[in-house]
Amino acid sequence: MKEKTWVEDVNRSIYDIKNEEKDVYRLQAGLTPEIVSQISDEKHDPDWMREFRQKSLEIYNEIPVPDWGPSIEGLNMDKIATYVRTNTNMKANWDDVPEDIKKTFDLLGIPQAERESLAGVGAQYDSELVYHNVKAEVAAQGVVYTDMESALTGEYADMVKSHFMKLVPPRDHKFAALHGAVWSGGSFVYVPPGVKVDIPLQSYFRLNAPGAGQFEHTLIIVDEGADLHFIEGCSAPKYNVANLHAGCVELFVGKNARLRYSTIENWSKNMYNLNTKRARVEAGGKIEWVSGSFGSHVSYLYPMSVLAGDGARAEFTGVTFAGKGQNLDTGAKMVHLAPNTSSYMNTRSISKGGGISTFRSSVTVMPKAKHSKSSVSCQSLMLDRISRSDTVPAMDIRTSDADIGHEAKIGRISDDAVFYLMSRGIPEDEARALIVSGFADNVSKELPVEYAVEMNNLIRLEMKGSIG
Amino acid sequence: MSEKLLQVKNLSVRVEEKEILHGINLEIGKGETHVLMGPNGAGKSTLGYALMGNPGYQVTGGQILFDGNDLNEVSVSDRAKAGLFLSFQNPLEVPGITLSNFIRSALEQRTGERIRLWDFRKELEAKMEILQMDKSYAKRDLNVGFSGGEKKKAEILQLLMMKPQLAILDETDSGLDVDAVRTVSRGVEEYQKDKDGSLLIITHSTRILESLHVDVTHVLANGRIVAEGDGSLVDEINENGFERFEQG
Repeated sequence: MKEKTWVEDVNRSIYDIKNEEKDVYRLQAGLTPEIVSQISDEKHDPDWMREFRQKSLEIYNEIPVPDWGPSIEGLNMDKIATYVRTNTNMKANWDDVPEDIKKTFDLLGIPQAERESLAGVGAQYDSELVYHNVKAEVAAQGVVYTDMESALTGEYADMVKSHFMKLVPPRDHKFAALHGAVWSGGSFVYVPPGVKVDIPLQSYFRLNAPGAGQFEHTLIIVDEGADLHFIEGCSAPKYNVANLHAGCVELFVGKNARLRYSTIENWSKNMYNLNTKRARVEAGGKIEWVSGSFGSHVSYLYPMSVLAGDGARAEFTGVTFAGKGQNLDTGAKMVHLAPNTSSYMNTRSISKGGGISTFRSSVTVMPKAKHSKSSVSCQSLMLDRISRSDTVPAMDIRTSDADIGHEAKIGRISDDAVFYLMSRGIPEDEARALIVSGFADNVSKELPVEYAVEMNNLIRLEMKGSIG
Repeated sequence: MSEKLLQVKNLSVRVEEKEILHGINLEIGKGETHVLMGPNGAGKSTLGYALMGNPGYQVTGGQILFDGNDLNEVSVSDRAKAGLFLSFQNPLEVPGITLSNFIRSALEQRTGERIRLWDFRKELEAKMEILQMDKSYAKRDLNVGFSGGEKKKAEILQLLMMKPQLAILDETDSGLDVDAVRTVSRGVEEYQKDKDGSLLIITHSTRILESLHVDVTHVLANGRIVAEGDGSLVDEINENGFERFEQG
């Protein structure tokens, strides 16, 4: 079966900016032990990482491509250059960032966000961090925020080694193995015990080179009693070649600690987004996921929370928007290992123009997780008769002593609401966009205001041309 | 004789397969206040929706002229921009936009100009005070979780902010207690004074009319205008009900 990759649709010009490709390090496109070894050379990997990459490559070659979910036949790994980086080094000062890169970030709103005193910026350009700045007060609190490459050999090298791909082992699935072999870039954050970081830390990354995959790794460790909000935003320019994103996010939440991890992903419409995100929460700790999934041709994305300690909690709040030519398979997984744990999922999915949105929820309660609670609520909005929305709930409850709830709703835009808004002078397309933004307000209400505004702008862009 | 703002000529309206209005004639001049009364199911709200252009209400005959222009092909939002306003009987809840932001963006849509936040806020707060609305409602999502009374007040607040040429109030007084009716009619009075605005008040009771000056009363029964008169007709209906109109 042949797949078609849609790239026209809406005007995404402000999000889809390509810069002239001038990377000098573009490696040969196929994937061999030599290439992986070359990556290790380039990155001056420590020995253990060298071995880790090679072992991951072996696993990658053993494991078959997933045979469930949306088709990824359009993805040809032989064609994808796995490692691209621009010829700029790490920069701590915005003024030193090259002009064309800066222009892209300007359009994406990075400096403004920084001006509004967000704590630190590590913006990833292609595979390498080009801009990185942590504000003095955060560093003074002992918070470590750096790129993954520096973290591998820095002061926290042992901590990185003992956590790296422990939550998401390469064996997990084919693209986790691929990630283990070719990962590049990403952020490392460590918050020491008891430290409350008041302002959100944010990183912004995007893909630039045609045919290049992006395999950034995010590792966040929030120690006992500490508190952090981390924001990751992604946007990629549009190209006619199949693009792959197989990032990995590992979050460790200590005893009585809290981590909020927010992302707005806005991939170009030809992207295969096969991302893996996972959190482990110790006793009394809490993970809060806030997730907006936009763009991409195909997405597989199911952040997992492992509630490992007594009283650990997880919340997942998400929105997915699937437009023409998009098949977004998203969801969340909750695993209750310990007593008195609780999980809550609240998601909205929107499909339009023949887009397919599938929501998979998975709740597992192990025998030891007595007095646990889980509640799942998902709502879908279909904007026309050709779009599709599916809900696939899975529950594996191994104790009788748990309180589990599930609720799903599927609906369409109310004509009365459109009429009401239009009667105040708001044109039909705006009225519909307003209603859809309102439908997604479970997520926008949880985001810092500039991200909420960007998300509503995205919805408006996606809604353009939805009439007729 | 005042200038004609709205002219409804021999208007027939169908909802789904059923004709509800059969040849309505109605004229409203600038600055005039008209009352449309009639028993339940007479077609009063249908007339309001048809004037505003709800796509579910199909005009099968006749004409609606506003300021001399035929509205037949004009979209709902363009009718609003032309100066028509409909206060809903059951205002819809729209999460994700605050009452204040909604009014501001609707105003900006109408005028095509940015409105200075400071001026806007001052005016909004003044109007909210007239309506005895707590300021906190401005920051709440449009009608979400509002009580019936607050929803109606929010409609009148929009009326006062948008200053249309003709406001159609659809059962604005229904479901309100005595105090709330008084507050709402104070708001309507404010609109009458403020801009010499025209009004078409749809109601089946007379409470909202007690303190308002009425120029013309129309009685609608079974989809037809069956009687017309001045303000005193309201008092008569108040005493005797609609019975005598429903027979003919």
